[in-house]
Amino acid sequence: MSDLIPAAIKDRLAGDSEKTRAMGESILLALGVPLMVVLGFGAYAIWHETADLDSVEASALGWAEVWQAIGEHVQLTVVSAAVVVVIAVPLGILLTRPGFKRAAPAVVGFANAGQAAPSIGLIVLLAMWLGPGFKTTIVALTVYGLLPVLRNTITGLQGVNPTLVEAGRGVGLSNFDVLRRIELPLALPVIMAGVRTALVLLVGTAALATFINGGGLGGIITAGISLYRYSVMVSGAVLVALLALLVEWLGRVLELLTRPKGI
Amino acid sequence: MTTTESTDSSSSRTSGSGGEISGAEIRLEGVTKRYPGQKTAAVDGLSLTIPAGEIVMFVGPSGFGKTTSLKMINRLIEPSSGKITIGDQDVRKQSADELRRHVGYVIQGGSLFPHMTVAKNIAIVPKLLGWDAKRIDKRVEELLDLVNLDPGKYRDRYPRELSGGQQQRVGVARGLAADPPVILMDEPFGAVDPITRQRLQDELLSIQRSLGKTIVCVTHDIDEAIKLGDRILILQEGAQVAQYDAPATLLADPANDFVSDFVGSGSSLKQLTLSRVSEIDIHPATTGRVGEPAREAIERARSAGDDSLVILDSRDRPTAWVWLRQVQGETLHEGDRETLTTLDERATLNDALDTMLTSSHSAAIVTGDNDRYVGIVDFGAVVDHMRAIQNEAQDRESSKVTAESDPEDHHDENAPMDDSGSADE
Repeated sequence: MSDLIPAAIKDRLAGDSEKTRAMGESILLALGVPLMVVLGFGAYAIWHETADLDSVEASALGWAEVWQAIGEHVQLTVVSAAVVVVIAVPLGILLTRPGFKRAAPAVVGFANAGQAAPSIGLIVLLAMWLGPGFKTTIVALTVYGLLPVLRNTITGLQGVNPTLVEAGRGVGLSNFDVLRRIELPLALPVIMAGVRTALVLLVGTAALATFINGGGLGGIITAGISLYRYSVMVSGAVLVALLALLVEWLGRVLELLTRPKGI
Repeated sequence: MTTTESTDSSSSRTSGSGGEISGAEIRLEGVTKRYPGQKTAAVDGLSLTIPAGEIVMFVGPSGFGKTTSLKMINRLIEPSSGKITIGDQDVRKQSADELRRHVGYVIQGGSLFPHMTVAKNIAIVPKLLGWDAKRIDKRVEELLDLVNLDPGKYRDRYPRELSGGQQQRVGVARGLAADPPVILMDEPFGAVDPITRQRLQDELLSIQRSLGKTIVCVTHDIDEAIKLGDRILILQEGAQVAQYDAPATLLADPANDFVSDFVGSGSSLKQLTLSRVSEIDIHPATTGRVGEPAREAIERARSAGDDSLVILDSRDRPTAWVWLRQVQGETLHEGDRETLTTLDERATLNDALDTMLTSSHSAAIVTGDNDRYVGIVDFGAVVDHMRAIQNEAQDRESSKVTAESDPEDHHDENAPMDDSGSADE
């Protein structure tokens, strides 16, 4: 019995240090990134108010225009991410069921190609086919963001301990119940990591939407380039970067919040 | 001759059972499992009757179909041909999901769902069966109590916050949740340390004594099989039955060389595995109650000539075993039952020796049904018992040598006795 006690203590100690480390990480995460974004945006706002802008710059960087661009950008990101999840998660589930498993490499290969294709090429080609605009942008972004969620859904489901699946079947859960109550909750952290990756990809790629009249912060950057206004171009770039940081942070928070307790 | 011995020991097992039989008979008839693309069948024409209320152990080297045979009972693996009935009902007559909700299933390490609390893990089958919340709560409480986990402390914990032994206990509770007549166990205690394993085995025996389920348990550990099993099925290649008998018969009269090799005849330790703690001299120690004035208890112990004290809780369960000089405070305190190692009455002498060796008292507390205190045993009692068995064996031996008539009989009787004789030297 004496040899059991140190093990138990060791266990507890390990658990504690792990917990404190995780807590430190989450505090840094909870406060650090948003603070950085707020500071960055504050600095931008101060510059915007105090800088000596000519009429072209002032009209390109008017608050109304900037907020509209941010709004469009967020919309592009969120809508395409939602479509990605709605397509990729069920597809990933299907591709891990017996009978469809064999199709998985082919489908993942297709999604791989979608992501490997240069995003600007994908967007322009789709616009030639479907016509420019918001909807086409969403289609292009969806193709582009599909892979991480699909791959992580498959990896996450494959990573669920088969003994647990069998235990679920063994106690009388139906296949669907095993999926819903055991496999998906256990795969959720991996799936959510994929969603976060997709969000980051999408927020960056959405800057290209402007080329096919899809809106977003990319418009400010291209305006800066075509008007030879360095300040406008950098403003657009800074705003995209800040938004990307914020979205990445939201993705992480979402990941933490959806993580089932106990794992 | 050998049969008298086996009935003796098996009757001593059943006589200990306080509960009624709630299990159902399982019958396998010509059950075969053939995987596509494989020449030989994994299980070939297995026929077997598992009586209601007994523990039957499936033993054999890995790959010989014991787990496959087990999983065909709850149709986790569908037999290719043959018939399996549970309580006269063909398992194929109902849906597999429905069947499994009425057959308990316990696997190695407990296989708890890590994202569910202990209570939720246990409640999973009752929920599927549509029990109301109140009934489920009550059942969870009952079961945690049955497997010796304090419900208040453990019901809301997650599996990773439990030790291996505790997880396994919860796994057993989950298997028992909906009160199924039949429970299947696949290497249930394979993943825990030896002392915890022994304790879990004792607990299972104690639970079985009150519940009387039909339990089918797969193990690769012949000692575990001898300890737990009312009957042991030894499988050889292709899930062919090498022998299906009571443990004592198996040891005394192995059917063939495969069995005798596997059982490892020649080890006198097996004899220790066949004898139960209840067969040896259990003597009383001074006991005290939690909350009782310490001085009274100490005086009682002194006048009885004891230098230690077993502290019992309100349900007669031992919670601590303290030296008198360790007793502090006005009243007796409750100890931590989980760290106190006790021996079930049905534990084997092998376990008893193990427990004594790790105890600072060189003895062990014996418990009976519901973990109630029975008494203590020490090394002397075990040694006396072993000596008695040897003497008996030698007496029989010498009387036989003088009488010497039936060589076959001689051989039968001789096998296990030889070992105890050699252990003496």
